[in-house]
Amino acid sequence: MALIAIQDVTIAFEGTVAVDRVSFEVARGDYLVIVGENGSGKSTLMRAMLGLVKPRSGRIVYGDGLEKNRIGYLPQQTAAQRDFPASVEEVVLSGCVNRMGTRFFYNRADREKALGNMKLLDVERLRKKSYRTLSGGQQQRALLARALCATDAMLLLDEPVTGLDPNAAAEFYEVIRSLNRDHGVTVVMVSHDLSGAMRDAGKVLVMNRGMDFFGSLEDYRTRFAEGMVKGHG
Amino acid sequence: MGDLLRRCLMKRTDPDAPQKRRRGAAVALWGVMALLVLWALFNLRAIGDAFVQFHAFLAYRFIRRALIVGMLVSLCASLLGVTLVLKRYSMIGDGLSHVGFGALTVAMALGFVTSEGLPAFLPQGLRGAVARLCAGIAANPLPFTLVIVVVCAFLLLRISEHSRMRGDSAIALISTSALAVGVIVTSMTSGMNVDVYNYMFGSILAMSTSDVYVSVTLSAVVLVLFALFYPRIFAVTFDEMFARATGVRAGGYNMLIALLTAMTVVVGMRMMGTLLISSLIIFPALSSMRLFSSFRAVTISSAIISVACFALGMLLSCVYSLPTGAGIVAINLVVFIAFSAIDATR
Ligand SMILES: Nc1ncnc2c1ncn2[C@@H]1O[C@H](COP(=O)(O)OP(=O)(O)O)[C@@H](O)[C@H]1O
Ligand SMILES: [Mg+2]
Repeated sequence: MALIAIQDVTIAFEGTVAVDRVSFEVARGDYLVIVGENGSGKSTLMRAMLGLVKPRSGRIVYGDGLEKNRIGYLPQQTAAQRDFPASVEEVVLSGCVNRMGTRFFYNRADREKALGNMKLLDVERLRKKSYRTLSGGQQQRALLARALCATDAMLLLDEPVTGLDPNAAAEFYEVIRSLNRDHGVTVVMVSHDLSGAMRDAGKVLVMNRGMDFFGSLEDYRTRFAEGMVKGHG
Repeated sequence: MGDLLRRCLMKRTDPDAPQKRRRGAAVALWGVMALLVLWALFNLRAIGDAFVQFHAFLAYRFIRRALIVGMLVSLCASLLGVTLVLKRYSMIGDGLSHVGFGALTVAMALGFVTSEGLPAFLPQGLRGAVARLCAGIAANPLPFTLVIVVVCAFLLLRISEHSRMRGDSAIALISTSALAVGVIVTSMTSGMNVDVYNYMFGSILAMSTSDVYVSVTLSAVVLVLFALFYPRIFAVTFDEMFARATGVRAGGYNMLIALLTAMTVVVGMRMMGTLLISSLIIFPALSSMRLFSSFRAVTISSAIISVACFALGMLLSCVYSLPTGAGIVAINLVVFIAFSAIDATR
């Protein structure tokens, strides 16, 4: 059974259709990359998978033990966050709010989980540092550590390497790949950066309001041969 | 001409430009601080006298009452202010205070309603009831004002979340309209008298015993809720999308914060003045963000700055008989400049 199944989903904002009759499934252990032009509905689709926007029609079904609130999300960054006064530790720990249930405060297990994820993403030595003084790559790794606090199963990443320099981006992909391969985390990533994202992807979804393509990376390569030339260049 | 252009372009690409600007800011800010310190040194005697005088003032019940209410309201305002400023909602406090002013003047004007003045086609009994209700509102305008401001708080939040109009313009629209209504109503009824002046700029004489109870209750509620929901408030403030995705009901927390802000504004506005109450929300958070870089430190520092500035501002107000709100804003401004100066030289 799929972790998450998108069934004929259409999403509209005040009459304009942003996502048009999209259907696909994500299984445990998948690494799915969503590509498409600006405004093609990638972020909207991702927000629908998190239950943040209601589809106008169609269904989103969670299965295989996945709960809607237990998905790790790395949103497309907003300007407000960049100068926010918060320590890295505070940011990472805030990923544990969905484990609190009816508790009011973080407990020891939450703190240990946060610490473990900071170590995993190599931001532990920055834990007392202010989030706003970090480099772009460090900020993204802190946000990824936060997302990992919220989930053991599934990460949804919205353009995680936009604005990173090539080295930081390569490092970030490396981390994601290791999470997917070694820790069994299912990954769904929106990306502009075809060459980098595609190298590790198992499946590809091409959005253009509707779904232009959904399938394995090999199929994508044979279908969009000219795109690959660009990707390697 | 070409030379000018070249110089402009060079200025653009000057790699040290941000640093130079920063140094300029530091010099200017420290200059202001130095002037203030010099002034204080030459007036040590007067400052000492002011404290002695203020101590004497504290013998009066109404001064102590105002001090308690004010410090509690400042505490609430500063805690709420941290999230409001960080969520870019600080204009909401300003908008609400203007709405509060409008509502207050309308409530006072209702005192002029008599049963003879109401349309004659209404039955006698109804006219009497309406007149009594109006008189009641005019005698005790706080509940009426609170209701109006709370309703507007929900409205403003809705607008800034959903409207296609830019949030800040929508708020400016509502707040200036409310101010206009207030001014029109006052000039048609009582005219710009001392009461109205006090509503605009604040007066410590306005606090009654019931205000003490209300403000103690309010601040207890704000403190308890803020402490209990601190992790979730942080999550919603830092990244609302993520918080929603992990099952935090962000809309509920936004509503809660708007509601508490509305209550804080209404309780504080007669002392601070409707035109200045929002400074209580904005200033401490902004000053703290200059120096501190964790959410917890900013929160604690805001609370301390806010309460301390209130006490000092009230001293100014008592000793030099200034409007209370103005004195408090002045002290807050000094703190802001000092913190900015330190920040700019780091
Ligand atoms: N909250 C919203 N309100 C109205 N329209 C929206 C909203 N979010 C997205 N849209 C519209 O939906 C379309 C898809 O946007 P988005 O999913 O952000 O695209 P992408 O992430 O692929 O660049 C765009 O036309 C955008 O203007
Ligand atoms: Mg997007």
